[in-house]
Amino acid sequence: MNATNVEPATALAELRETKPDKVTLVVLSGDMDRVMAALIIATGAAAMGMQVTMFYTFWGLNAIRKENVSSTPKDWLRRAFGWLNKGGASRLPLSRFHFGGLGTTMMKKVMKDNRMPGIPELMETAQDLGVKMIACTTTLGLMGISKETLIDGIDQLAGVSTYLNEARHGSVNLFI
Amino acid sequence: MQADVKLDTLGYFCPMPIILTSKKIKELLPGQVLEVISDDEGIKKDMPAWCETTGHHMVGMEEENGADKKVYKAYVKKAGG
Repeated sequence: MNATNVEPATALAELRETKPDKVTLVVLSGDMDRVMAALIIATGAAAMGMQVTMFYTFWGLNAIRKENVSSTPKDWLRRAFGWLNKGGASRLPLSRFHFGGLGTTMMKKVMKDNRMPGIPELMETAQDLGVKMIACTTTLGLMGISKETLIDGIDQLAGVSTYLNEARHGSVNLFI
Repeated sequence: MQADVKLDTLGYFCPMPIILTSKKIKELLPGQVLEVISDDEGIKKDMPAWCETTGHHMVGMEEENGADKKVYKAYVKKAGG
């Protein structure tokens, strides 16, 4: 479709519906820098009128977990794992120079001083722009994370078929 | 260049200027021109790319020397109409 022929009243949202451009992102990493890159691509694509789906799995789930809320799996192994693997968008570590939290805190300060949005703000912007968020059920189960401990606005809990079904219509598919 | 609406994104890095633009353009009528002011150099390439994807028209880009870095003014004409 030639976009210059759109009806006068066509809003971006409608434009998004009519355009085949679709972006799917698999967010496997729970590192702050990687999740930030994923969210920048997601929000940028959504702002360009593309349909965006983010599929969170493994460590990436930490980005969509509520802070200070822990699941209580029945077995002790996964409970112990939960103590070690804390979730929350604002507490993701840098992939390098985390230095027990010091490096990440400094990076956040630099970002704030430069008016760069952090992970929680980017996440909010993404949801605001209609980015679809999917949490992987397999890794939720594996890591003993209950769906009640995920942030609000997660559109679906699903598996690989859902991801592939979205991805095969996508012109951009990234694994982060 | 004359614009109908101005959007100040000074101090914001990618992707904020584009995201703010995509929100602001909804307030305009087709044919109206939005002026996006930014000091992120990436806007020089990003705004034409955004226009190419969304169908809005890139009508011009101006550069001015700001206090400590360059300031860019991108003019976008809303599609339709």
